[in-house]
Amino acid sequence: MQVEKFYYDNKSVRMFGYATVLWGVVGMLAGLLIAVQIYLPAANFNLPFTTFGRVRPVHTNAVIFAFVGNGIFMGVYYSLQRLCKARMFSDVLSKIHFWGWQLIIVLAAVTLLSGYTSGKEYAELEWPIDILITLIWVVFGINMFGTIITRRESHLYVAIWFFIATWVTVAMLHIVNSFEVPFSWMKSYSFYAGVQDALVQWWYGHNAVAFFLTTPYLGLMYYFIPKASNRPVYSYRLSIVHFWALIFIYIWAGPHHLLYTALPDWAQSLGTVFSIMLIAPSWGGMLNGLFTLRGAWDKVREEPVLKFMVVAVTCYGMATFEGPLLSLKTVNAISHFTDWTIGHVHIGALGWNGFLTFGMLYYLTPKLFNTPLYSKKLATNHFWIGTIGIVLYAIPLYWAGFTQAEMWKQFTEEGQLKYTFLETVTHIIPMYITRSIGGLLYLTGVFIMVYNLGKTIAAGSFIGDEEAEAPALPKVPETHGKQYWHRWIEARPIQMLIVSLVAVAIGGIIEMVPTFLIKSNIPTISSVKPYTPLELQGRDVYIREGCYLCHSQMIRPFRDEVARYGEYSKAGEFVYDHPFQWGSKRTGPDLARIGGKYPNAWHYNHMWDPRSISPGSIMPQYTWLFDNKIDTALTGAKIRAMITLGVPYPKDYDKIANDDLVTQAKSIQENLKKDKIETPGNVEIVALIAYLQRVGTDIKAAPKQVASLK
Amino acid sequence: MSVIIVLLIASVTVASLFLAGFLWSVKSGQYDDEVSPPLRMLFDDNKPAVHKENIPTEKV
Repeated sequence: MQVEKFYYDNKSVRMFGYATVLWGVVGMLAGLLIAVQIYLPAANFNLPFTTFGRVRPVHTNAVIFAFVGNGIFMGVYYSLQRLCKARMFSDVLSKIHFWGWQLIIVLAAVTLLSGYTSGKEYAELEWPIDILITLIWVVFGINMFGTIITRRESHLYVAIWFFIATWVTVAMLHIVNSFEVPFSWMKSYSFYAGVQDALVQWWYGHNAVAFFLTTPYLGLMYYFIPKASNRPVYSYRLSIVHFWALIFIYIWAGPHHLLYTALPDWAQSLGTVFSIMLIAPSWGGMLNGLFTLRGAWDKVREEPVLKFMVVAVTCYGMATFEGPLLSLKTVNAISHFTDWTIGHVHIGALGWNGFLTFGMLYYLTPKLFNTPLYSKKLATNHFWIGTIGIVLYAIPLYWAGFTQAEMWKQFTEEGQLKYTFLETVTHIIPMYITRSIGGLLYLTGVFIMVYNLGKTIAAGSFIGDEEAEAPALPKVPETHGKQYWHRWIEARPIQMLIVSLVAVAIGGIIEMVPTFLIKSNIPTISSVKPYTPLELQGRDVYIREGCYLCHSQMIRPFRDEVARYGEYSKAGEFVYDHPFQWGSKRTGPDLARIGGKYPNAWHYNHMWDPRSISPGSIMPQYTWLFDNKIDTALTGAKIRAMITLGVPYPKDYDKIANDDLVTQAKSIQENLKKDKIETPGNVEIVALIAYLQRVGTDIKAAPKQVASLK
Repeated sequence: MSVIIVLLIASVTVASLFLAGFLWSVKSGQYDDEVSPPLRMLFDDNKPAVHKENIPTEKV
């Protein structure tokens, strides 16, 4: 039993820590901006790259992948080394991982603000960045598994299990949801369409919550709460049981994002059932974390680190109780498309992810810099300001969501809808204002933390490589029950890893390729036809400006929705929608049947200045659409990509597509002239109008509709 | 809707991987000892000398 001397790498931990704080500030500032834009449309500044539709994805990507992402890596790099009693497998890979991840973030910010988006929430980054994400994730995986394989502690502490599950599942999710066909250097169309795309998207989306925002942080909780309180985990057995239950059940919960949509009923029910079952393992984690502090609550009173962690775990429990409730169809019928969902998200995001990250930062910084925290008082102030911030954020949104949903459903005695959509928005503006104050408080707390940590770092001296020693793992392990399998697996860990990856890859490819080659996209509604080239260009403008972030395109089979928007949405209407644009929030009204509702001139004026048509509207202006020329050079490539995806354009249609585009644009131009509007025919607003006038009209169309597509 | 086949296959594959991992962990004795791991991770500070704050104090 030779005792070996080695060093823990703290440099990577420090770098990830800095990045966590930096991107946290950036992401939360973006969040504050968009929160203000909702009640102050002037804050969009009438510029494309500051408008809500472009900044919102920057906010979500920054706080999830940049803030929480770097937080995960900071915590994993610190804890994994110590739990394995081994240095990170490769210093080179650590550096590539760090700089690669930051490069992804910077590219994300630049491309998203420029309008290069896939149009799918939390997966907006376009195909070159998707490839880079895959590469860096693999680098992270090699580094992590390499450390586990070269460990000197044979027992895999529960946190490591959470990290492993995270890595494997995120890899699968990212790859499956990122199947896309490029048509230019920076743009692509989703491989999936309509209902299929919606299902894949929310299978991905909910599992991103599960395996990026939850499982890694549960692993980190199992390390940092015991360490910070110097108490052992309340029940190790419970941690094992709830880990395995959690990862098996979580994957099936995705359809709860699609209740009362055009997704088949049995899939919706499956999502609901598994979401309810999920309460048990989630609360297993919460109770385990809180009970660990039994007998140490006096320490919680003294230590800001523990305060943050207690509230974090409590918010985790609240969010994982609320989530399953929101998955019940009766509750979801009220909450879906409202701010209730946003409130729910931020309990988890601000409470669980944010506060646990702050707890880790306050714990790690003194340790890494070998000096006490500069000011416990400031940290405590941060705690209280942040907590009040969370409350002021979430409660107004619950109120707003519930109120708006009820107003949407209200009928007069004569059987008319009582409120216009705009009236329901105006009614909740005070809640939006309060929410932004909550967010501002939360951000203020973060600034206090930045100051506190800065002073701590300045007073300390960094331990880049931390000395450690531990005996090497014995070649033949101590007596276990089944020695044969243990020895077999331990002797071939790398082979097992490679074989598993290959098996998954082969299995995946074999199953996926034939499925996609088979033309399963037979329209169930024969009158549904592909978009014309001009409409396709317009749809791409809609996606680029992030319209789907405020406007849904999915009318649910409820009396009030059919009365307000028209016939409820059918699955077959979306077969050519690459990507789907059902949306998940109605900050503005649903647009599924907007086609033909208003004259072209109405759309023209509305996009120029929404308030000229609807006083009190909170929608931004989109004046640049009136100057930007339609990128007709890409029309052919777009049509070709769609043909590859099985959309039945005529053969070689890409060669003549622009002719049809110009013809249709001219007719819109002439129609606008009748309403005294002079516009060139080749600007983006014309394309957008063409698209909007088409949306939702196909099911009523006579068979000879869209004469240009013979 | 046929994409659900893809999602099922992907999810079941990953679930099978997890099942294999679970069976391995049980068979290899990872859970034979549930008492010492939570305590042992508290003692992983590098310095061989034991500092006062590393000793868990039991409050009755």
